[in-house]
Amino acid sequence: MTDKPVNNRAWFFVLPVLGFVLFSSIIPTMTVVNYSVQDTLGANSFFWNGDQWFRDLLNPATAIGARFNDALFRTLAFSLVCLLIEVPFGIAIALCAPRKGWAVGISLVVVALPMLIPWNVVGTIWQIFTRADIGLFGAALTGMGLHYNVTQEPISAWTTIVVIDVWHWTPLVILLSYAGLRAIPDAYYQAARIDGASRWAVFSKIELPKLQKVLVIAVLLRFMQTFMIYTEPFVVTGGGPGSATTFLSIDLDKIALGQVDLGNAAAMSLVYNLITLTVCWVFFTIMTQLERRRDA
Amino acid sequence: MTRITLDRIAHSYGDNPRTEADYQLKPLQHVWEQGSAYALLGPSGCGKTTLLNVISGLVIPSEGRLLFDDVDVTHLPTEQRNIAQVFQFPVIYDTMTVAENLAFPLKNRRLPRLVIDKRVAEIAKMLDLTADLGRPARGLSADAKQKISLGRGLVRSDVSAVLFDEPLTVIDPALKWELRSKLKAVHRAFDLLMIYVTHDQIEALTFADKVVVMNDGRAVQIGAPAELFYRPEHTFVGYFIGSPGMNFMPAQVDAKRARVGSHEFDLGADYTDLPKNRSIQVGVRPEFVTLTSGPGLPVQVRRIADLGRKRLAYVNLGDHPIIASVPHEMESVGDTANISIDPANTHVYVADVRQQGAPV
Amino acid sequence: MTFVLNHVGLEVSGVRVIDDICLALEPGSLNILLGPTLAGKTTIMRLMAGLDAPTSGRILLDGNDVTGLPVRKRSVAMVYQQFVNYPSLNIYENIASPLRVVGLTKSEVDARVREAARVLRLENLLERMPAQLSGGQQQRTAIARALVKRAGLVLLDEPLANLDYKLREDLREELPRIFSRTGAILVYATTEPSEALLLGGATITLREGRVTQAGPTSHVYRDPANIDAARVFSDPPLNELAVTKRGAAVVDAKGRPLAQADVLSEAPDGAYRLAFRADAASLAPAGNDRMTFPGKVVVTEISGSESFVHVDVGVGTWVCLVPGVHERTPEQEVVVHVDAARVLAFDAKGQRVGATASAPAPADVNPGEKR
Repeated sequence: MTDKPVNNRAWFFVLPVLGFVLFSSIIPTMTVVNYSVQDTLGANSFFWNGDQWFRDLLNPATAIGARFNDALFRTLAFSLVCLLIEVPFGIAIALCAPRKGWAVGISLVVVALPMLIPWNVVGTIWQIFTRADIGLFGAALTGMGLHYNVTQEPISAWTTIVVIDVWHWTPLVILLSYAGLRAIPDAYYQAARIDGASRWAVFSKIELPKLQKVLVIAVLLRFMQTFMIYTEPFVVTGGGPGSATTFLSIDLDKIALGQVDLGNAAAMSLVYNLITLTVCWVFFTIMTQLERRRDA
Repeated sequence: MTRITLDRIAHSYGDNPRTEADYQLKPLQHVWEQGSAYALLGPSGCGKTTLLNVISGLVIPSEGRLLFDDVDVTHLPTEQRNIAQVFQFPVIYDTMTVAENLAFPLKNRRLPRLVIDKRVAEIAKMLDLTADLGRPARGLSADAKQKISLGRGLVRSDVSAVLFDEPLTVIDPALKWELRSKLKAVHRAFDLLMIYVTHDQIEALTFADKVVVMNDGRAVQIGAPAELFYRPEHTFVGYFIGSPGMNFMPAQVDAKRARVGSHEFDLGADYTDLPKNRSIQVGVRPEFVTLTSGPGLPVQVRRIADLGRKRLAYVNLGDHPIIASVPHEMESVGDTANISIDPANTHVYVADVRQQGAPV
Repeated sequence: MTFVLNHVGLEVSGVRVIDDICLALEPGSLNILLGPTLAGKTTIMRLMAGLDAPTSGRILLDGNDVTGLPVRKRSVAMVYQQFVNYPSLNIYENIASPLRVVGLTKSEVDARVREAARVLRLENLLERMPAQLSGGQQQRTAIARALVKRAGLVLLDEPLANLDYKLREDLREELPRIFSRTGAILVYATTEPSEALLLGGATITLREGRVTQAGPTSHVYRDPANIDAARVFSDPPLNELAVTKRGAAVVDAKGRPLAQADVLSEAPDGAYRLAFRADAASLAPAGNDRMTFPGKVVVTEISGSESFVHVDVGVGTWVCLVPGVHERTPEQEVVVHVDAARVLAFDAKGQRVGATASAPAPADVNPGEKR
């Protein structure tokens, strides 16, 4: 019910939040915008540079443009690989999870455990875990005669980052899918049994369609997180070997803080931000469309 | 498949039932025949859903056997029982069209395409779904969706029984008239054993050949709608069937006469050897108690309710409130009036059970 | 306090949901909003309560304009279809909850709660928690909470819709007695004609956000002003027959002449619609002045005390009332006897023709029936 009294003084309660948002996001963003249209010769003297930083960035012929293109491609590839593994894997585990009895609580806690560990701790754990000399994972692979070395082999480095992300975040997909599956009324399963449906038919005709909405949310969340991945490659591979794991966020960090190239970094972060916003908007549109189709 | 036998079926959700009160479903012995429609009718918590679940295989009864023909299916899972079921809320497959939904149970059993198409067309015609066959099932209204569920339950011609679990719950009141007649037409068109669970007397009485009235885990009467109305075997049946229900008055019965308070009236039969020391009640439906301008039992009139097609008088006979019918031709009613009670439709109940009197 | 809706309308994103409603409700009156789902009953109640503001027209309370006044500042209580009670409070505290915020003394609160509990027969349940009560008892608690406020306007939105039919019957019988003591303006929404008849008072029939008729309940039932009001106030559905009048002859859609169509004797030539309820049609001859139609039985519906036989008469399917429980075999040939005195006639626009008493126009109705 929407039986709420109308009182215009309520707007005053929003003021602190407005102030907070102003200081936490609007002012910093404006600073970045400011940097993105100026150049400096050092000694704190800035001059107007127009849209030159953006032109360079979006032109693959320039050095910065090529670098940005590579990093963007790498990041998108990483997101895609992670999604392709985590979503089917998460649904599969959610389907196997117990639905009733004492095992429900235990299995959910065990599944959720990786999500409770902070990013940098995850990075550190895996950095040690994958060392070829003392790390269990690294030593085991090396012992099996594989060329596994995170700091020297690009494939090793890539695989490791993907494995970390899958280990860390598949639980989110599992929990969301599990909640979605639990929300399907028993009558559907019973009807399917009576209709003589196979296990595959139950999955494809009942479970998957009913999971649709939940999965859109899961894909959105996982895409955003993988697209903005920073801590794990920073701690485990440092973006290397070479630039094999230099994703957009790592590259941005290198340009802004490593080279103190503020103009390029500012332009890059704004474009990065715009890409993220666009993807959000696309997902939001898909979700509302789904909703409308359901109501129609 | 021809019949379902309930052989002393009883169920308790607890582990060690000791007394009768521990059973949510009390021992029941009955045979249900093909071609008939049965309704399980009772208030919520009366055990009707438990009984339906025993038949569908969701609940394994703690006692007794369930036979489909002569095969013991008590412990068989749902899918091996060869039954169809329509649920309280419409169950449809979102991604399929209406036609695909209807064909689904047949497709899973690998019937030839031609047979499936023919049967689907037949069912769709029966349920007025022909125009919607090509549409996605997802976008339809609740009653159309429930018709699809209904169709999926009826599409297989080889089922032992079709079970209905309060299928009209989500249907708009104005459309219930239509769907009720549809269900009845379906029952006539197909030679199936149908079992219908409901708490709504209109649905039960309209749909079923035999109604099982349940209360507190017990089947208190199994009979045709007219029997439940004219000869309720238990006071609960008298109360539950009919709007308003039967009038009951504590009475003393002496052979062919009943005495309520200081008033005496005739009974339609001779009740000479009634059990002693048990509570005796006389029951008569409001339809058979009429206000009269002629001689009768004097009553105080509390209220007259005008229901449009009939008028009811809420009156007191001595201390006992009863409901009487007001005849069409009676214009106005004062504070006191006389009532006449139809002896042929007056029954005597001892400890809630109807007694059979000797014909006079 | 007199409560007046003056040409009230509501538009939601360009769609007219409520169309030009005029009502005047008196204290102590029981007003029933009767209409099918989506007829606008709940929307009108929300406008009355002040939960929504109308986009046109004015709402007056004792002559004062309260159109934009928020619900907090009005003296309104509401009962919903769902049983809304505080699950963590016992029944006593649930009933007392509206009084806690107005700052009454402890003894005043106690007196009022016990009075409301007595009227609604909840005295023995005051210590229980809502979850321990049946649906009927929970809804009685919600009604007690609405009455204890002594609000000037009490709105009940299909309060019995979620109850089993036996509980519904019991409460329907009690409600007129409970309502008669409040002295408030009561507005009661329902989809069921029988509920409106049992409660009495005044009835306002609705269709698609418009008032089709308003007046004393039995008057609206017996003398519907138009075919919409008649349809809404008929369960089972109204039986209808399209006819054409030419001179003294009245013929149906198949060109068959009708005898006894006296209801149209004064009307000019043209197309009409004759209508009658199930109780005006029987399957056995009874009394005089009967029109007869041959037909075939489609289905019999049994309501518990009555049977409704659906008969296909060639120009449609009609419902006939048979008292008691009697099943008719489908396809059986029968003759429908219609009591000509109870046939209503409507013109091409759906307005009543040859009504015995003219129904008041919606603009100046006063449906409040004083007690």
